[in-house]
Amino acid sequence: MSRVLLETRDLTVRFGGHVAVDSVSCAFRSGELTAIVGPNGAGKTTYFNLISGQIPAASGRVALDGRDITRASVSQRTALGIGRAFQLTNLFPNLSVLENVRLVMQARSKTGFRLLTMAASLHDLTEQAEAVLARVRLLDRAGQTVSALSHGDQRKLEVALLIALDPLVYMFDEPTAGMSVDEAPVVLDLIADLKAQTDRTILLVEHKMDVIRSLADRIIVLHNGALAADGPPAEVMASAVVQEAYMGKDLADV
Amino acid sequence: MIVKLLSGDLPRSTVLAVILGLVFIALAFAPFLFPGVRSVDTAARICVFIVLVASYDLMLGYGGIVSFAHTMFFGMGAYGVALSSTNMGRGWDAMLTGSLTGALAAAALAFLIGLFSLRVRAIFFAMITLAVASAVAVLVSQLSSITGGEDGLTYLIPRELTPAFRFGDSFLGANLNGRLLAYYLVFSGALLLFLILLRVVNSPFGRVLQAIRENDFRAEAVGFRVVAYRTGATCISAAVAALAGSLYAIWLRYVGPDTVLSFDIMIDILLMVVIGGMGTMYGAVIGATLLVLAQNYLQGIMGTASRAVEGLPILPDLLDPDRWLLWLGVLFVLSIYFFPTGVVGRLRMQR
Repeated sequence: MSRVLLETRDLTVRFGGHVAVDSVSCAFRSGELTAIVGPNGAGKTTYFNLISGQIPAASGRVALDGRDITRASVSQRTALGIGRAFQLTNLFPNLSVLENVRLVMQARSKTGFRLLTMAASLHDLTEQAEAVLARVRLLDRAGQTVSALSHGDQRKLEVALLIALDPLVYMFDEPTAGMSVDEAPVVLDLIADLKAQTDRTILLVEHKMDVIRSLADRIIVLHNGALAADGPPAEVMASAVVQEAYMGKDLADV
Repeated sequence: MIVKLLSGDLPRSTVLAVILGLVFIALAFAPFLFPGVRSVDTAARICVFIVLVASYDLMLGYGGIVSFAHTMFFGMGAYGVALSSTNMGRGWDAMLTGSLTGALAAAALAFLIGLFSLRVRAIFFAMITLAVASAVAVLVSQLSSITGGEDGLTYLIPRELTPAFRFGDSFLGANLNGRLLAYYLVFSGALLLFLILLRVVNSPFGRVLQAIRENDFRAEAVGFRVVAYRTGATCISAAVAALAGSLYAIWLRYVGPDTVLSFDIMIDILLMVVIGGMGTMYGAVIGATLLVLAQNYLQGIMGTASRAVEGLPILPDLLDPDRWLLWLGVLFVLSIYFFPTGVVGRLRMQR
């Protein structure tokens, strides 16, 4: 039985006079991959920021697994089960690939305030981190500094950090942004693998329609910050709303 | 064994390992290798400054936190020993109480400053530390009934640590007296504190600090409470700086605003960290050794050089001992130019 893992109710935020996210109410169920689409500036990333806590909501609620997290800090939300990957690669550039993942393991195991143990002696964390790297096929790069990785490998590492977090809600913000046509499928395969192996909920902001068609169970469309459509991919993509949104016409005319 | 003591954080450069080994041997046997009041005094200063700079490196190099209050924490430890020795009378208990109280007070103050200002932008924290440090310096020089004001405090330390306590004639040119014991107290205290800091930066805590320095936004997003870690680093750093101050006070048997609280010391710490190499710990050893040696001996060397070139045009004037600060400045600029990542960073790159 699937249950609601994440729910936003009347979630709203304004920047000056501009309503970036306009009372979006939506529930995301376990085992479901939801694609969030909409033209640039529709509020997709802002919606993500409200869920993961980078921006405080002006009004409305965010609930994770039935628990209100509207006022929780970013790190609290992460600890409770929100896992977020970022649109622009956002890693620890001068640390090794393994260390990046190990840090996530460390955050989960709450060993961060141990002052006099040697970090290198926490073998189980290292092993868990290596297992995650093997899963995203980055194990052979484990010792490399992140800044020396190719863009594609950095995107893979972004996915790895999320897998390492093992959250209730996986949030991918354009995971293939800036990747070449050859590289993109590798990351998408990782997300497909993840979807097959988890009963959590996955949120995916993506522009490439073919990607969405093959991965998503459900599509929601944001337009000018408001929820414009919600339903199974075939239905939503055929609808006039999406056609119009992507053609750049105003929804009011539809 | 050695790997374990160094917390697995090896020098990672042969040249660096050799230099560090030489510094260690020189400091460990300083009273015998370089007998003489002045040279042993220099060695003790180097020990104290290594710890002071290393504790600053924990904040700046590992945590990415800029603070101008490090001298204040150093001074709190020094005044801790001075005040307890003055008020409780001469004794080991007074010394210990003073050191611990100083360290605790420093950590508590760091906690307060951190709690109020580490949430916001880094520059704000730096400004707050500057303000608090200035206020404390003024306070210490004004409260002369307690702190001795500008004159500072002179006090007695346990007799076993003074020249009057003799336990033999002399050995390899060193007088076997309490002064020798005091040196080894400073040396072993400094060594222990340095090894502890080395362990801290290689602990899970140290790794989190590095992650925060690299990308605090993402560190928060993988679940670390950034403010808590930054505050923790500031407190540890402050406590160790205070203990370094206590060692210094034990060695000098005198504290005053100029010797332990002046802003010049803060600048020295910054220079040492940058010259040695930030975020390496070993940089503190190199930076402190180089700068303390330069401060103590550059004038002498220049005097000799100036006399050697007597009669030649301009050169004797340029090398006049009074110009030593000019040359120190030139050395600093050159070292930044050639070693932007510090001496340690440079040596590690060459592998």
